[in-house]
Amino acid sequence: MVTGGAGGIGSAISTLLANDGASVAILGLPEDRARTQTLRAQLDGAAKRLHFYESNVGVYEQCREAAATVVREHGRIDFLINNAGITRDHTVRKMTVEEWQAVLQVNLSGPFFMIKAVLETMIEQGFGRIVNISSVVGESGNFGQANYAAAKAGLIGLTKTVALEVANRGITVNAVAPGFIETPMTKAMPPQAIENAIAQTPQQRLGQPEEVAQLVRFLLDEKAGYITGAVYNINGGWYM
Amino acid sequence: MFAGRVALVTGGTRGIGAAITQALADNGATVAAGYNRGKASAEEFALQMEGRGARLSIHQGRVDDVNDCNRVVQEVMDRHGRVDYLVNNAGITVDKTVRKMTAEDWQQVLNVNLSGAFQMTKAVLEHMIERGSGRIVNISSVIGETGNVGQANYAASKAGLFGFTKSLALEMAQRGITVNCVAPGFIETEMVAAIPQEALAKVVARIPQRRLGKPDEVARVVRFLLEDESSYITGAVYAINGGLDM
Repeated sequence: MVTGGAGGIGSAISTLLANDGASVAILGLPEDRARTQTLRAQLDGAAKRLHFYESNVGVYEQCREAAATVVREHGRIDFLINNAGITRDHTVRKMTVEEWQAVLQVNLSGPFFMIKAVLETMIEQGFGRIVNISSVVGESGNFGQANYAAAKAGLIGLTKTVALEVANRGITVNAVAPGFIETPMTKAMPPQAIENAIAQTPQQRLGQPEEVAQLVRFLLDEKAGYITGAVYNINGGWYM
Repeated sequence: MFAGRVALVTGGTRGIGAAITQALADNGATVAAGYNRGKASAEEFALQMEGRGARLSIHQGRVDDVNDCNRVVQEVMDRHGRVDYLVNNAGITVDKTVRKMTAEDWQQVLNVNLSGAFQMTKAVLEHMIERGSGRIVNISSVIGETGNVGQANYAASKAGLFGFTKSLALEMAQRGITVNCVAPGFIETEMVAAIPQEALAKVVARIPQRRLGKPDEVARVVRFLLEDESSYITGAVYAINGGLDM
């Protein structure tokens, strides 16, 4: 299951996993249905392994329903990638309570709801991999992103706690913290902000969604079983 | 995956290093494995690897001796023509509480574990810069983040590797060279086997997964970081510890 699996980084993850033979359940909002269709059109044999489930991860009931449907239709859930995320950027002085709450709800409570929704299945299986897509901003903070940074830092705390709780059940829980990746989310930034981000990145470039997807796939491997509670950065040296 | 590529792995014939050598050779790399003591067992390891069809050379030398570092790199260049990957894995322990640790105990561990990585890096760096590509992976330790009773020297050397890694990553960011750390927890090696049984049982009880890691599991992380596709990962510390002291 890949939440936000038709979005920027998400679509790279979904595509890579489907190409590697996994059945991929993309969770998304209504507009992501068409995006999933576009992804399918770009794939050959793997297209039939991409499935779309309309679900808002900020709503617990919808997470539970999506997980139940996936179990019913596919029989199991091996991997959960909590990737769905939104931004509502403002400095704290201008940030409304609603903007704060909306970002926390999707980026932090969403992963908690999804983990709740799949965990019993993974425990029964005695196997599972959970990867939470955090952000370099969760470690460094970022001007105008108090809500996003708090959510992404919170995700690291969630990752480590769940990792401890399921350590002896064959389930690993890790976070990937990307730097600035070339996605619609970063493209929506003001041009000057993007230029600054690149200038501040020691490698002087944005990362590609595929580079993040490779790292996620690495952590999902059966042989990655001793890696748990870890935060793996991929940021071109932006924050170390 | 690594066909035509050359890796230099210090301490590459034993423990985690041997697993790294094997993982890289199995994926097509030519591997130059360094060792210091134990010529007979290093040669036996080389024979075993060649039996599996590996392209491998072994090189005796001390990473805490700058002349040895330069000589070994020259040997590798003469023999294989290039160095794509440097894995600074060689490490020793001389465990004592600070009260009992001598200046020599301290110095010896720092020289091998930390200065060794610096000296080996110096020896290959100009070559990597000239080619505009390279990967350096430093094997640190969870102890570098947490400290450990009786390991002030080891913990300081392994924490020092984080600082070294990140500084070098910054300096090389625009030269096609990535520099990263892998920080293993307690792994089934001779080094860990030397821990008294009762102490080891206590360590395992503290690991959330209740087991030691395997050298192969660490080698997989190193291999991943060396891949061409991993080029946006630099200055990072990748832990692999079964959930210990996250």
